[in-house]
Amino acid sequence: MTHAIEVRDVHRMFRQRSGVMGAGRSVRAVDGVSFSLPPGDVLGIVGESGCGKSTLARLITGLLPPSSGEVLVDGRRLAGMDRRERARLIQPVFQDPFSSLNPRQCIRDIVSLPLAAQGDLPKRQRTDRVMQMLERVGISSEMAERLPAALSGGQRQRVAIARALVLRPRIVVCDEPTSALDVSVQAQILNLLAELRREFGLTYLFISHNLAVVEHIATDVAVMYLGRIVEKAPGQDLFCRPAHPYTKALLASVLTPDPGLGIPDVGLGDAYPDPANVPPGCRFHPRCPVAFGDCAVTMPDNIRRNGRLVECLLP
Amino acid sequence: MTAPVDEPVLSIANLRVAFGRRSEAVRGLSLTVARGETHCMVGESGCGKSVSALSVMNLLVRGATRSADHIRFQGQDLLGLSERDMARLRGDKIAMIFQEPMTSLNPAYTIGSQLAEVFERHRRSGRRRALDRAAGLLERVGITAPGMRLGQYPHQLSGGLRQRVMIAMALMCEPELLIADEPTTALDVTVQAQILRMLQKLQHELGLALLLITHDLGVVARMADRVSVMYAGQVVESGTVPEMFAAPAHPYTQGLLACIPVPGTARTGEPLGSIPGVVPRIPPGFIGCGFRDRCAFAMPECAEPVPLRDAGGDHAYLCRLQPGWQQAAA
Repeated sequence: MTHAIEVRDVHRMFRQRSGVMGAGRSVRAVDGVSFSLPPGDVLGIVGESGCGKSTLARLITGLLPPSSGEVLVDGRRLAGMDRRERARLIQPVFQDPFSSLNPRQCIRDIVSLPLAAQGDLPKRQRTDRVMQMLERVGISSEMAERLPAALSGGQRQRVAIARALVLRPRIVVCDEPTSALDVSVQAQILNLLAELRREFGLTYLFISHNLAVVEHIATDVAVMYLGRIVEKAPGQDLFCRPAHPYTKALLASVLTPDPGLGIPDVGLGDAYPDPANVPPGCRFHPRCPVAFGDCAVTMPDNIRRNGRLVECLLP
Repeated sequence: MTAPVDEPVLSIANLRVAFGRRSEAVRGLSLTVARGETHCMVGESGCGKSVSALSVMNLLVRGATRSADHIRFQGQDLLGLSERDMARLRGDKIAMIFQEPMTSLNPAYTIGSQLAEVFERHRRSGRRRALDRAAGLLERVGITAPGMRLGQYPHQLSGGLRQRVMIAMALMCEPELLIADEPTTALDVTVQAQILRMLQKLQHELGLALLLITHDLGVVARMADRVSVMYAGQVVESGTVPEMFAAPAHPYTQGLLACIPVPGTARTGEPLGSIPGVVPRIPPGFIGCGFRDRCAFAMPECAEPVPLRDAGGDHAYLCRLQPGWQQAAA
């Protein structure tokens, strides 16, 4: 079987200049990530800000080349693939629908741009496809003539989804598609994405900082910490039986609407993760509530247990 | 002048805020916050919660007009205060924390000098004493090595640390009332839990009246004693937290609760609850229920003035549906 996405030991470093005299530090944003995603599945990627999840999204959509390792989409290497071909295969939806749409173009032109760039459809057919897709995501034909500024956040995100789907790609990379939206609208967009997946047989890579959001859409969930996937498991397993201490802390931090439970003590301490200064051994050990002596020395590399990946030395 | 014991620290009655003739952002808001109490205002963007907070501080943008029966702080009506007297209260007896700590801190000054300034100004203290107090407060909000942090600039701190600094700054003059506008929205979930925990502890220790603004019903459930649910400039439901979460009475509150994904409860293939449509903009003179266009239970009468219903105890809601309608509908 050909995987929709296959990522093989991908690394991505950034050079960061620090101050006037600084010699420059290197930030390991993605530090040895491997996974494969079968077609039709949804892989949710969760983690806190700075864990490298957005960098990973950019690597997989080809917006950024990896420092080392390789990304395969639909069995073919992303590096060196023609841009137009790549666009027919994989499309992104970004977090902020206020900055990802051209403010000076009307909605119809925004959504038809990917088709125009492919250059193989006459204008009439392009417009038909655009209007069909807009209708499918819940944007009326009169709204299609307006500028993005006239639309609400939820409507703009619908437009961004229509633009991503108008080429009928097989894979969509959603980078925090609902985190700029209100809760009532977030639920609308999540439901829409779930419907579209069934309808078009799509494969999603779904990135979010919110574990609860991911559960609703993902078949598998990967938890990232400081550039690495520290736990990966089928969604239900991960939410009901988290194995990695970091996953447990993330789950415990979700404030569900249960009065009386109070604010949880997640026990993570103050040592905020710094991707320019990755600790030796297990990279989570400075914040880990159950770390022991060996954690500061030995890196838990690629440990598999009961069908899931858990980068932790604890049995 | 000290207020009588049973007088709430903050009492707002019938507050209205309009932006010209285009929109009325707050339409008759009333609420109270007592000493040691946390009152949460919860609602989606554009519901008027931030504007309400800013009108207590008299920090509204030019062009906005506020009116109210009263906005009383410790028995004193803030409506008649001069800008000068108001400036004396701000940062002293009434403190405020905003969502984005990076834009609230001045990037050109050290943490220490920004913390000290508040105290020097309101308490006419010297720098030395102010810095000592600042270091003490940084320690209380859970910052290690406070002496080193005082000499740092905002950009050298993580988001969570910056928000801790903002909280320390708000507490410099021992305020009676703290208004926190989405203090943890820009932070990661683990950091949010840490900050809220610390805030709750400090509030109990200091007996602060806390008006907490949030869009997150999870934060409300875990933090608040009382809650006011806002929609389109009005409080559509209010009560104590146990009352409201036990039996949410307004269709909007119910819809909002159904939208929240709770980990460990998702069933594959089942859609999440959602509320159709978008939050409307309400022009001045609007009559009837602001939620009627999105409400599954709307009827023609919803375009008429809406009655305030008593749901028992302190629990009240603004809706045409009679108390107990949830059982009848089920």
